[in-house]
Amino acid sequence: MIKERTFRGGIHPLERMHHGKRLSDGRPVVRAKPPTTVVLPMSQHIGAPAKCLVKAGDTVKMGECIGEAGGFVSAPVHASVSGKVIAAEPRLVASGAWPFSVVIKNDFEDTVAESIRPAGSVEALTPDQIKAAITEAGVVGMGGAAFPAHVKLSIPPGKNVDTIILNGAECEPFLTADHRVMLEKPEDVVSGLLAIMKVVGVKKGYIGVELNKPDAIAALKKAIGRRDGIELVTLKVKYPQGAEKQLINAVTGREVPSGGLPADASVVVSNVGTAAKIAEVLSTGMPLIERVVTVTGAVESPANLLVRIGTPFADIIEQAGGAVGEVGKILNGGPMMGQPVYDTSVPVLKGTSGIVVLSKELADTKEESNCIRCGRCAQYCPIRLQPLFIDAYSRMHNMEKAEAFHALDCIECGVCSYVCPAKRHLVQSIRAAKGAILATRRQKA
Amino acid sequence: MDKMIITSSPHVRSNASVSRIMLDVVIALMPAAVAAVYYFKFQAAFLIAIAVATAVVTEALIQWLLKRPVTVGDWSAVITGLLVAFNLPPTAPWYIPFIGSIFAIVIVKQVFGGLGHNFMNPAAAARVFLVASFGQQMTNWFNPAVDAVSNATPLAIVKGLSTDPLPPVTDMLLGNHGGCLGETCAIALLLGGVYLLARRVITWHIPVAFIGTVGVLTLVFGPDGLFTGNVVYHLLGGGLLLGAIFMATDYVTSPVTSKGRLIMGFGCGVIVVVIRLLGGMSEGVAFSIILMNVATPLIDRWTRPRIYGEVKPNA
Repeated sequence: MIKERTFRGGIHPLERMHHGKRLSDGRPVVRAKPPTTVVLPMSQHIGAPAKCLVKAGDTVKMGECIGEAGGFVSAPVHASVSGKVIAAEPRLVASGAWPFSVVIKNDFEDTVAESIRPAGSVEALTPDQIKAAITEAGVVGMGGAAFPAHVKLSIPPGKNVDTIILNGAECEPFLTADHRVMLEKPEDVVSGLLAIMKVVGVKKGYIGVELNKPDAIAALKKAIGRRDGIELVTLKVKYPQGAEKQLINAVTGREVPSGGLPADASVVVSNVGTAAKIAEVLSTGMPLIERVVTVTGAVESPANLLVRIGTPFADIIEQAGGAVGEVGKILNGGPMMGQPVYDTSVPVLKGTSGIVVLSKELADTKEESNCIRCGRCAQYCPIRLQPLFIDAYSRMHNMEKAEAFHALDCIECGVCSYVCPAKRHLVQSIRAAKGAILATRRQKA
Repeated sequence: MDKMIITSSPHVRSNASVSRIMLDVVIALMPAAVAAVYYFKFQAAFLIAIAVATAVVTEALIQWLLKRPVTVGDWSAVITGLLVAFNLPPTAPWYIPFIGSIFAIVIVKQVFGGLGHNFMNPAAAARVFLVASFGQQMTNWFNPAVDAVSNATPLAIVKGLSTDPLPPVTDMLLGNHGGCLGETCAIALLLGGVYLLARRVITWHIPVAFIGTVGVLTLVFGPDGLFTGNVVYHLLGGGLLLGAIFMATDYVTSPVTSKGRLIMGFGCGVIVVVIRLLGGMSEGVAFSIILMNVATPLIDRWTRPRIYGEVKPNA
């Protein structure tokens, strides 16, 4: 019998439709058609925006750096096609922001920049060389958070990290991009993990995968082989198994202290897609200019596509045969934590793991009614918060009380809102409380 | 793709709904309703109909008057009406369920803001109100086993308030004895409880803690010294099952955590036993429930769970 590890709380969203994953989990990754224009925001990551190095009229090559890191917590941006810069101006992205962006008209030549050359093998490179390659390639967390990878791998003094966990849970309904990467590039995932372990200087690495991806588990086990120090952990199929804190708890039994970072539990967590990208960066020298995106839901033929960063959502949806039926929402990411977009001209970014077209039926929002104190939100909360009370205080604008009920520890996974029989907008109301609490803190500081 | 919905995440919701939960409770109360009509005939159907109709009409009316959304479709007023009727003796005149339901809906529920905002279980509060205000009408029992009006429920006999013989245990299980409409048939109530547990509408904590506490305490503190109590009659009589399964478990007025629910059940049990063994009344379930309802905010405060990663200050 396989040992399944997990955390306390959690749910099985859309279980009756196999979490929406059957639509695309059997579709191998295929290269998307290159777009006619790409929109490359200077801010695709958490931290300072990159500093733009080009202007309208410039000619750029594929892989050329067009924005240099704007600080330590920042990442450079590279041209994902070769061609001519036709605009450098603020553009709308899926989050609703308008970051400064470079728009490139594709010449379809894919002329590679001269600077692109392989860095070498993980074994041959020193930790600093690996980290420099990751930094220069603009690698950020590809699971969605888009935190610059080199920053995550720079352990602050005083913290002692002994474990790396690769997150292959992919617990969001509908998304299958990580699944396909693990299945099709298991060697890259393992090699990326070895690179990360080398940079951080740890001997123990885990890859956590939910049990509903047996083919990926088998592929990874084969790729790991008899290597010491790397262990595949099978995780129970449960949402949010891939949330950083829940994953750490399931794999190591440790808890990240409230308000702390994974490093406070001596762990660094990275997405399997990020690890595979790191391996690719080292072996080819090509920076992060394309990624696997799942396009699924109410589309003609759901797919996992290898997409150039900066490709408009509309292009990708069209390559999946277009939307079918009455569309309710188009999501950047999965249905539990993704953002709805109102304009499909927004570009795929480094952190875009999926585009989900939700049918009107699934996206339909019901009226909320009074809380009946059934306690389901508290019962299933993976942080063991009591969302019903935070919600009540948030709506009364009693932010001191909301904070006392640990509003700031909420990971916004959406479990409470999902299970609420009164259809209350719990996450939204907790998010409002978090914003207000943090604003007050900044004022005091 | 001209009009797209933009809302905060999550973008999908489960099928759970308040009305489905309430409907499940109504379904779970049906076996007891059938038993009531079987034993107490037309009078039972008559009282249940008045209580339910009054509860629903009153709720709709007051919500309309207060310009609130009319939510009688959520079945919660039906539950209140059923429970008000189940807590009445079969001989009650028509105005007793009428007044009881109006009190439950208007004073206990809507004045405080409607479903979710009442701090006492409406039906339990209504029963206590009726017992206090209409003592005579609320204690005229009818014993279907002997087909006669009497003032003796099994617990009154256990308490020594009557010299009638105790009904056999099989009659206690089947409901063939004197008591309130919905409380007599233990099997019907347990059936409803199993349904609620299976549908995950309620958890086991309150009923088990409540019934268990009453069982242990009434066994230990018997009339003829320690461990001589008449447990079976205490458990099957006096509305304990009805209260423990259907009224103490009311979400709105009971704690939200498992630990809190155990405390609630234990507290209800202790109060019931104190009332039954030391007080003047022979039952006390409704009293115990509303007393613990009032303690619920306090219990919630005591039983806040340790959150993930919570570290004690200065630890």
